[in-house]
Amino acid sequence: MKNKNGEIGKAKSRLTALEKVTGSAKYAAEYNVPDLLYGYIVNSSVTKGKITALDETAVRGIPGVVDVLSHNNRPSLPWFDVMYSDMDAPPGSPFKPFYDNEIKYDRQPIALVVADSFETARYAAAQLKVTYETEDFDVDLRKNLDDARDPSKGLATLIKPLPPSPKGDFAKAYGEAAATYDGDFRHGTEHHNPMEMHATTTVYEGEGKLTIYDKTQGTNNSQIYVSNVFGLSYSDVRVLAPYVGGSFGSGLRPQYQLFVCVMAALHLKRNVRVSLDRKQMYTFGHRPQTVMKARFGADAAGKVTAMHHKAVAETSRFEDYNEVVVNWGNILYPAQNTLLEYQLVPLDTYTPIDMRAPGGSTGMHAVETAMDALAYDLKIDPLEFRLRNYAERDVSEDKPFSSKELRECYRQGAEKFGWAERKPEPRSMKRGNRLVGYGMSSGIWDVIALPARAEAIFTKAGKFIVKSAVNDSGQGSYTVMTQIAAEQFGISTEEMTFEYGDSEHPLSPIQGGSYTTGVVGSAVKAACKVLKEELFKKAKRLKNSPFADSEEDAIYFRDGKIYAADDDTVFVNLTDIFQNEKEDKISVTKSNVPNPLKLKQYTRAAHSAAFVEVEVDEQLGTVNVTRAVTAVAAGNIINPKTARSQILGGMVWGISKALREETLTDFKTGRYVNPNLAEYHLPVHADIHDLDVIFVEEKDEIINELGAKGVGEIGLVSMAPAIANAIFHATGRRMTEFPIHFEDLVL
Amino acid sequence: MNNFNYLRADDTEHAVALIGKETNSRFLAGGTNLIDRWKYNLTHPDTLIDLANIEELHQITETENGGLRLGAMAGNADTAYHPLVKKRYPLLKNTILAGASAQIRNAATNGGNLMQRTRCYYYYDHESPCNKRNPGSGCPATEGHNRLHAVIGHSENCIATHPSDMCIALAALDAVVQVTGAEGNRSIPFTEFHRLPGNNPSKDNTLRPGELITSIDLPAEGFAENYSYLKLRDRNSYAFALVSVATGLRLKDSKIEKANIAVGGIAHKPWRVQEAEDFLKNKRPDRDNFAQAAEIIMDGAEGFEHNAFKIPLTKRAIIRNGMMALNPQETQRPGAGPSR
Amino acid sequence: MKQTEKKLQYQTTLIVNGKTEKLTLPAWVSLLDALRHHLDLTGTKKGCDHGQCGACTVICDGKRILSCLTLAVAKDGSEIKTIEGVGSKENPHPLQRAFIEHDAFQCGYCTPGQICSALGMLEEGEAQTLEEIKDSLSGNLCRCGANANIIDAVTEVKANHYE
Repeated sequence: MKNKNGEIGKAKSRLTALEKVTGSAKYAAEYNVPDLLYGYIVNSSVTKGKITALDETAVRGIPGVVDVLSHNNRPSLPWFDVMYSDMDAPPGSPFKPFYDNEIKYDRQPIALVVADSFETARYAAAQLKVTYETEDFDVDLRKNLDDARDPSKGLATLIKPLPPSPKGDFAKAYGEAAATYDGDFRHGTEHHNPMEMHATTTVYEGEGKLTIYDKTQGTNNSQIYVSNVFGLSYSDVRVLAPYVGGSFGSGLRPQYQLFVCVMAALHLKRNVRVSLDRKQMYTFGHRPQTVMKARFGADAAGKVTAMHHKAVAETSRFEDYNEVVVNWGNILYPAQNTLLEYQLVPLDTYTPIDMRAPGGSTGMHAVETAMDALAYDLKIDPLEFRLRNYAERDVSEDKPFSSKELRECYRQGAEKFGWAERKPEPRSMKRGNRLVGYGMSSGIWDVIALPARAEAIFTKAGKFIVKSAVNDSGQGSYTVMTQIAAEQFGISTEEMTFEYGDSEHPLSPIQGGSYTTGVVGSAVKAACKVLKEELFKKAKRLKNSPFADSEEDAIYFRDGKIYAADDDTVFVNLTDIFQNEKEDKISVTKSNVPNPLKLKQYTRAAHSAAFVEVEVDEQLGTVNVTRAVTAVAAGNIINPKTARSQILGGMVWGISKALREETLTDFKTGRYVNPNLAEYHLPVHADIHDLDVIFVEEKDEIINELGAKGVGEIGLVSMAPAIANAIFHATGRRMTEFPIHFEDLVL
Repeated sequence: MNNFNYLRADDTEHAVALIGKETNSRFLAGGTNLIDRWKYNLTHPDTLIDLANIEELHQITETENGGLRLGAMAGNADTAYHPLVKKRYPLLKNTILAGASAQIRNAATNGGNLMQRTRCYYYYDHESPCNKRNPGSGCPATEGHNRLHAVIGHSENCIATHPSDMCIALAALDAVVQVTGAEGNRSIPFTEFHRLPGNNPSKDNTLRPGELITSIDLPAEGFAENYSYLKLRDRNSYAFALVSVATGLRLKDSKIEKANIAVGGIAHKPWRVQEAEDFLKNKRPDRDNFAQAAEIIMDGAEGFEHNAFKIPLTKRAIIRNGMMALNPQETQRPGAGPSR
Repeated sequence: MKQTEKKLQYQTTLIVNGKTEKLTLPAWVSLLDALRHHLDLTGTKKGCDHGQCGACTVICDGKRILSCLTLAVAKDGSEIKTIEGVGSKENPHPLQRAFIEHDAFQCGYCTPGQICSALGMLEEGEAQTLEEIKDSLSGNLCRCGANANIIDAVTEVKANHYE
């Protein structure tokens, strides 16, 4: 009876569904406030150098143009880096838009044209005459590998740790191995390309007060940034982001449209909107080009003994962006001799920024290709080979896992997929004129713990409200948080109001890294718990209260009442507790701060196993992922419906990473040449076939209050390597560069 | 992205008169390419002359010689789904449906399809040199990213490719382009409509200034028994061709009586080679003969850093498409993908 | 339509979701921006503004088209159906219900375009097989990766309402 509703674990449709399917959901560029001005950004046409002249005359003469802002005439700004820092800033000096005449990367924003219509602003921006003094630049990672160096340490390296120290004697173990694999891997640049382009609408409320609709993954992050940069008090800056049209990491940092939009609004004391165009979506962070080497060795019994995984990635000249690329292999497979290395090469690009499954989706390609190759070499089934190397304990850190049901992922995934029907030899399976290949891969993603706050309210009218500044850019956080909150009071999700996406609500970390459900959900749960205690206290104090002498374990909450645990006929209506009170609501705010000492004792990770079938037309070089199953162990699944969509999305990203998307750089000009959705190929419906998701039962009492590990990245990390391995099975060719193209198969 | 005047032409004479009168004016058909290029700051018309009101240009009608006249303003989708096209020119239908997306095909017109310009990355970047956009400024594609680019018929001035699918079928079908202008009407055989870049890559076709396409005429023979369009691209739909092949065969007594083969994605125009088609005459339609024809078609091909793979890929595609044409009912796929 | 002044304003009438809207616009305003900026119909989304993503799909005189590649003045007199006219929160279209049921979206930004495109496809009646349906809807990108759920939703509506 107590958990009549059991909102946690229920497959609920997302709460924003009706708004989204009817078009009434409003995104950042859709607030048509009165007297709105439109800003259009001008970007540098050179990759490195200085602006020597910026001739605004023609632009200012265009009817409808209100202003032109650039480094020449911008309002006074702080010069010190810390004011431009944000919750996701890597070590270094953050990019300061319009700060001076220096050009640090291609298509850097250099001016903003503000006009009374979108069309005028766009046209006028194109008329700005800029002259430059150019300097030599370098954007080619592979030509500059000699410059590789260790990343700087900073706040970011706390969440994204650098590789562990070498262990054992890699060279000796590799030399003595019965089977070895040595491969070089290359991944090009990728861009997030959320469907909604970054945009900000700033409403000038007067007296330096701003209401800002921003495309961001952190309303607090944008609020703090704007306040610091423009010298405003936090209470005068309100950032709202109730709907975000995808982000995948692109909204982790305040992007330059926010900066220039707020600058213009403050300067002109007007309402201003700035939207980036699709080309500009390639100018503020990306998944970095990365080269890797993997050398793995195994003994005759099929145990991996030696593991060398090295990654060299690009960063900008002004910040050291890092991601976890090489740490995963040894957490998954307990080799005793390891050499894990990660280095950066600074280049004349913008700083990379986390993009869905940062690091993991890159590194796992090398790890799982090496594992697959060793299995073939030793004539062991690739799944069996992974089972022989199953880590019961994380040897890389010498810690137990807080929970790990990867074995069950392998079992259920293989069964559903029909892995047993695989013929071991490459090129042995055919369908019509196509080669068929089966491939598999493990997946892993860490569970991050961070502090967060939430407010829980009960009103005299009997309404439950929970608030957090957290965002939802499609992951389903709004729905899941509402479920978590509803569960605490024994009410349905529909009876709970969760308010989010507003910097005025209690502080939430930026949304990302698959940690939002665990981190913010735990804060929501904690706040609800305190509110329950408050409500119970008041219920006890009521005249003739049936609970006057009861302890907390003798009651439970349901349907707006407190019931006696052992007698359904004994209850207090929660609205009755206001009888003796003047207040019209009871509100509590609670922080949830994880216990680092406890957490540090464990390796905390979600796991997955992907099984993929490909068809390869070897004559023509076409590849299709005809079906795939991903089995996931991610702890408690709060909403199986939205979680399944997260995994399906990750699988589509895996298909895209392995077979489709890529930003092409012309190293001679320093320019991305395909900054558009016609030539940056995202998968289309015709690319997606039979995809299946399994959630494996997993209990975890260590990681957080909810036992939830998060599902944003885990669907992606195993998918792309499984595709590459399936192509090997089909063709006998190892795929070490992503994305895989015709030329990789026909030549 | 500049502002412009907008005028509507009442009939073809009016359209021709307007374009002669209004300086720096362009005809507006479906707009799917022109508006895109205008937004990318690649073209800067002062006046657009909308052809939408010219009723006769929207028609699809049978011609006296048993062929079909496709009005220049008839929509791509309306053309593909026209009962006579479905029945007599299934190659054209499949080819149209392999291009762009359903929404674009609904808006795009037949005349406009012929007027599409290249998808070269450097052409599309208005800040980049490009001999097509800005004659004499240079061609960065020859030394830059050239995966999409031509492997045959290119010049040192331009290695761009023609992006249309529909035009590949029209070339294979021996269509004729009807145009009108201040100096009257004329007919242009389809294979002579588009041109090679040579020393003047800014010119994509042989239209004279101010001329208007009124229709594309199909001859009676539509190869409705043996045809195939095969398109290879970086995703299964909604991507431009890296290589595509349109093949129409007339067979008699298990031999080829006539073979029409046009190749897309590899040149500045739909690529047809008469010698290869002559070679196939009276040969058996088998892999070996298609392979020899493919060698003839690709004779003289020369690739660049990123696109040399297109040469062997095109040859294989020609062979496969020849074989697919033998059994169209079983091999034709939506989006003109390879047979299974 | 009457041209009021050279390179200035054009009187344009659009019948949007059954309602006659009289607009005075310069020629360079796209149908998409006319809907979003001038009629406050922001359900139609701008995902690329270049005909590469399908987010701006509307149904114009019965056919799905991309409003970003369409000049508003060129559609004078046309009937435009946007997502706001497909169904309402109170009375959603079967496609809208099916999208909710199948969780055929995450961020929701491509969704209006997906639904309008699917509606256009179903009313055209040309795409029949699963392969044809996927191809016919491929002009609508979804970066969240809801593709499988979108196709499931559309095929269900096709089976229940269009056969």
